[in-house]
Amino acid sequence: MAESRSRLYQGNEACVEGAIAAGMRFFAGYPITPSTEIAELCSVRLPQVGGTFIQMEDEIASMAAVCGASLAGLKAMTATSGPGFSLKQENIGFAAEAEIPCVIVNVQRVGPSTGMPTSPAQGDLMQARWGRHGDQEIVALSPAYVEEVYSLTVEAFNISEELRTPVILLMDEVVGHLREKVTLPKPGDLVIKDRKKPAPGSRYLPYAPGEGEDGDIPPLGVFGDGFRFHVTGLTHGPEGFPTNSPNVGEPQIKRINSKISSRREKLCKAEELFTEEADVLVVSFGCSARSAKKAVKDLRAMGVKVGLLRLITVWPFPEHLIQRIAARQLKAVVVPEMNLGQLAREVRRCLDGRAPVIGVNRVAGKLIEPADIIRAVQEVR
Amino acid sequence: MGSDLTRYLRVEKLPHIWCAGCGHGIVTQAIVRAIDELGLDPVKVTIVSGIGCSSRAPGYMNFDTLHTTHGRAIAFATGVKLARPELKVIVITGDGDAAAIGGNHLIHAARRNIDLTVICYNNTVYGMTSGQYSPVTPLGSFASTAPYGMVERPFDLCELVMGAGGTFVARSTTYHARHLTNVIKQAIQHKGFSFVDAFSQCPTYFGRRNNMRDALAMLNWYKENAVSRDDWAKIPPTQRGSKFPIGVFKDEEAPEYCESYRKVIEKAMKEGDAK
Repeated sequence: MAESRSRLYQGNEACVEGAIAAGMRFFAGYPITPSTEIAELCSVRLPQVGGTFIQMEDEIASMAAVCGASLAGLKAMTATSGPGFSLKQENIGFAAEAEIPCVIVNVQRVGPSTGMPTSPAQGDLMQARWGRHGDQEIVALSPAYVEEVYSLTVEAFNISEELRTPVILLMDEVVGHLREKVTLPKPGDLVIKDRKKPAPGSRYLPYAPGEGEDGDIPPLGVFGDGFRFHVTGLTHGPEGFPTNSPNVGEPQIKRINSKISSRREKLCKAEELFTEEADVLVVSFGCSARSAKKAVKDLRAMGVKVGLLRLITVWPFPEHLIQRIAARQLKAVVVPEMNLGQLAREVRRCLDGRAPVIGVNRVAGKLIEPADIIRAVQEVR
Repeated sequence: MGSDLTRYLRVEKLPHIWCAGCGHGIVTQAIVRAIDELGLDPVKVTIVSGIGCSSRAPGYMNFDTLHTTHGRAIAFATGVKLARPELKVIVITGDGDAAAIGGNHLIHAARRNIDLTVICYNNTVYGMTSGQYSPVTPLGSFASTAPYGMVERPFDLCELVMGAGGTFVARSTTYHARHLTNVIKQAIQHKGFSFVDAFSQCPTYFGRRNNMRDALAMLNWYKENAVSRDDWAKIPPTQRGSKFPIGVFKDEEAPEYCESYRKVIEKAMKEGDAK
């Protein structure tokens, strides 16, 4: 009899198993609630597959070690929560500027500051996007189900490898600690992407765009393979060496942004429910989207023409999806989220006045319930 | 006749950004000379640095080189080393980078005894930002943020690293360039965490504020005040004044982190197979 592919996983556990399936062989972390299980499981699972786990002295060091391990050829990940996510930002920016593939998991909890460590929140949506200094596009994926944690962790690694960029897996305490069934993909069904490497013996320009499709993403050499290249957080030219020339620097900075923004439609994944026949649209993500889905189904059963757009990719922002749905006349867009309106603000920007945006917000750990959303939709009508 | 050291340098990236009279070129030369004399394969040497004057050195050095964020070089290097333990990983840092913003990484890498060689270009000042005091600026000396004289007590970086568990610790100066090369050679050969406190003059931002107007004055100060470890021990503490010891202070064997973790992997894989 074939071994069952069904598992009962906690969200944080699904993240680790997805990461290992994606090829993660290095994890550096620091204990922080509610992400700690990810580090604990990595300490057990990674050496079993020949990989390396290290508990670093702080959050900053974990992010640094991840960058170093990635440059030495391993798929690398770290996991944290709000305060740790803040601490990691400078080195996430380094990874973006130096184009180092890696995955950063943020299991969101209540903030600001130490907040409520064991309670869920979604207040890091904007920190994920704008937490670093300087201009940089970022990719962030936000799962709502444990099975999706598994698949999106794989996807996060694939995108990071393909685009040579840090990718944020924006989880929350609910999804991180929930236990649900995960059906593991059959061997061979899982698509695993690896970074492009330079041809051995070639003259390697680590930051020089090439020709053709994906030519804007230069291959990445491995330290120790003989390319003897330089990596810096300073603005740099195609060879990787620092420059003070605006003519050299500007194309570099624009390229690390456009390599993500130009792939917006390809990167943006979302779940849509009744969006083609909706008078009211509900837009949500992560744990709040679970309640939103239930609310939309209940409202439909009551005959209310409401639709759901559940964002799976939160950055780059799927403005094309929102604009497509809003092309038909919407009475309102309702945005449930466990913060004071970060997603609503972005939705409002995309709608540009075409429909009113109504927030459903909670910030101190209590979940948004389907009834909260149902009430908000009914008030619109 | 020494060999041609330019093959270890990215000569097309020269001249360097350092001020006239800066000691950092001497330390950089000592490192490439040590690599040359040890006959290391340059492909298997990775150099990692943080932020500051010292940390610009790897840009001129023809290896895989990683110029990171302020204070974090040792943490980045830890990732490189764990991912590819066969590489010789050398960290170039400064006193502000290693002992202030990066102090936590320095002590914890020493505690782990991970096989990194950290060379601190110690000029007792933040040179890149034009001369603020650092955690090693001598008591009473002047800096742009110590206009009335330094009132904080300085670190002795060698004592700090030894206290944290580093297994090879040495100090030298740019005046003692041959000695410096030799201690760097020993540090690179050492299995475990090795630390070299390389005093390097900054006439522009330290010397000029402290009655040493040029590089010569500063090198003479090193010459007059550096004493061997053994001689240092003979001077009564009250008579040491501005003198400081150079030499190898610690050279011990202890389990190295990558090797210890390799055993963890072997154990975990074996137990996995048994299931």
